[in-house]
Amino acid sequence: MTINWQLMLPLIVYLVGVYAIGYYSSAFVAKARATSGKTFLEEFFLGSRDLNGFVLAMTLVATYISASSFIGGPGVAYNQGLGWVFLAMSQMPTGYLTLTLLGKRFAITARKMEALTVVDFLKKRYQNDAVVVLASASVVLFLLSSMTAQWIGAARIFQATGLSYEAGLTIFVLTVLVYVTVGGFRAVALTDALQGCVMLVGTLAIFIGTVVAGGGLSNIIQTMYRTNPDLITPFGVKGYIAVPWVSSFWVLVGLGLAGLPQIAVRAMAYKNSRSMHRAIIIGTPVAGFLMLGMHLVGALARGVVPGIKVGDMVVPTLTVQVLPPWLAGVFLAGPLAAIMSTVDSMLLMVSSSIVKDLYLNYINKRATDRMVSSLSLATTAIVGVIVYLTALKPPSLLVWLNLFALGGLEAAFFWPIILGLYWPKANGAGALASLITGVSTYIVFDRVWNRPFGTHTVVLPLVLALLAFVLVTSLTTKKQLQKL
Amino acid sequence: MRDNDPRYAQSTKEALIGLTIFVLNFVWWFGFGYGMGSGSPANYTYVLGFPSWFFWSCIMGFVVFSVVVWLAVKYFFKEMPLDSEGVKADDD
Repeated sequence: MTINWQLMLPLIVYLVGVYAIGYYSSAFVAKARATSGKTFLEEFFLGSRDLNGFVLAMTLVATYISASSFIGGPGVAYNQGLGWVFLAMSQMPTGYLTLTLLGKRFAITARKMEALTVVDFLKKRYQNDAVVVLASASVVLFLLSSMTAQWIGAARIFQATGLSYEAGLTIFVLTVLVYVTVGGFRAVALTDALQGCVMLVGTLAIFIGTVVAGGGLSNIIQTMYRTNPDLITPFGVKGYIAVPWVSSFWVLVGLGLAGLPQIAVRAMAYKNSRSMHRAIIIGTPVAGFLMLGMHLVGALARGVVPGIKVGDMVVPTLTVQVLPPWLAGVFLAGPLAAIMSTVDSMLLMVSSSIVKDLYLNYINKRATDRMVSSLSLATTAIVGVIVYLTALKPPSLLVWLNLFALGGLEAAFFWPIILGLYWPKANGAGALASLITGVSTYIVFDRVWNRPFGTHTVVLPLVLALLAFVLVTSLTTKKQLQKL
Repeated sequence: MRDNDPRYAQSTKEALIGLTIFVLNFVWWFGFGYGMGSGSPANYTYVLGFPSWFFWSCIMGFVVFSVVVWLAVKYFFKEMPLDSEGVKADDD
């Protein structure tokens, strides 16, 4: 095993930075732990609602942006051309929509309820045990499966430096586990901020490198045109990117993100309204730049390094060819940061669901402060180890579930969160109906009726979940009135 | 949960502003993308090397909406306390 130290060194520097942030945050966790169980939970799972604008913007964007924006997406853009960059721009609202839509209403309500997690919010809003159990179960199952997929991606990046898959995975998992368990949400958010900056620098570097290597933008675009004119249209090769389908991405990765619990929880974690305002102003250009930059790089690569067969190899190949070796290492830290900032939030989300939403609600209501804090740390570590073992040899069930993770979580959570906030009449029965309808129709449609009316699979289940919510709520409200 | 918190009216207004920007963002993206990009690529015009549809839809869309969001927050969003002590009418 020969290790390419020029690639490895920047990664090591970056990992050291991540550990340092974990160490810094551990002081806050230790202090909260010494105070009370409630203080501990608020610090460990929500960073004591202390995020400033910059960190909030970065953690929101970085949590959303994963391996697919740095490896998978640019790979497809390589094959489909500018049409795929066009599609990727539907993710531009990531930076502003979740924060404005959930808004201060969510932050205020969560503080009143003393809610620490999204499921916690649903529990206090609807007072319905079935909603709590099903919502927590969806979080645990869907996020466990997405984490496994992300960790596999991270191990592959380390492989580029010459490490074995197992060694890469071990380094990655150990790092994430250490800083998440010792530092909790604060460490996750602060490392996300660092990772967001690494991603910005990496994207800028590879974009400039690609344009220079291809002899200027105009030249590259004309080469793409000569390769295949379809590459510079919004329709993709042979009309692959159909109009209703690409438009419905605005629902899947634009609007729907407000329903992802690992995203939504950030909308209750900021310090004050000023930090929220700043986060929207900073987050929008950051999200837009990363999406536009990375996908454009993938599309332009077709005119710079033609002939790559496997989509996932486009960015690694490009990195090695257009960047000097020391800068290539810096760039590789980009996708690694994207993955790390996604899984750390998922890990914390899963353990908060198990400890806060399930254990403290149903298994042991009178747990002592000491038990609560030990259990939170232990659960986080154990979940991490389980994901590590599954990533070493992924079971097919998890691979299958991962396909549904994004749309499934959105279908489950979107309406219960939004209507819970803005529709005073919304009740538990309605939320339950929406949750069940959303998840089940999403999985069924994905199997039997992919792209109904040409749209992405997530659109119709979201509509059905809304109908179920409104219908069941109005039916059950009438009954209650009759009883009175 | 009742709706008598005075901060809720402003927060609803801000959510609607966010949603409006989202819709305008979509219209901009869709309009320039398909409006200018639907013809044959042989007849495309170019701006800074990019096909015009791509330049206006994706690149200018990114720039314009970053500015729109900034202006909306600056002029329409209001600072308010988020804690329960921030209001007189505490409803729970």
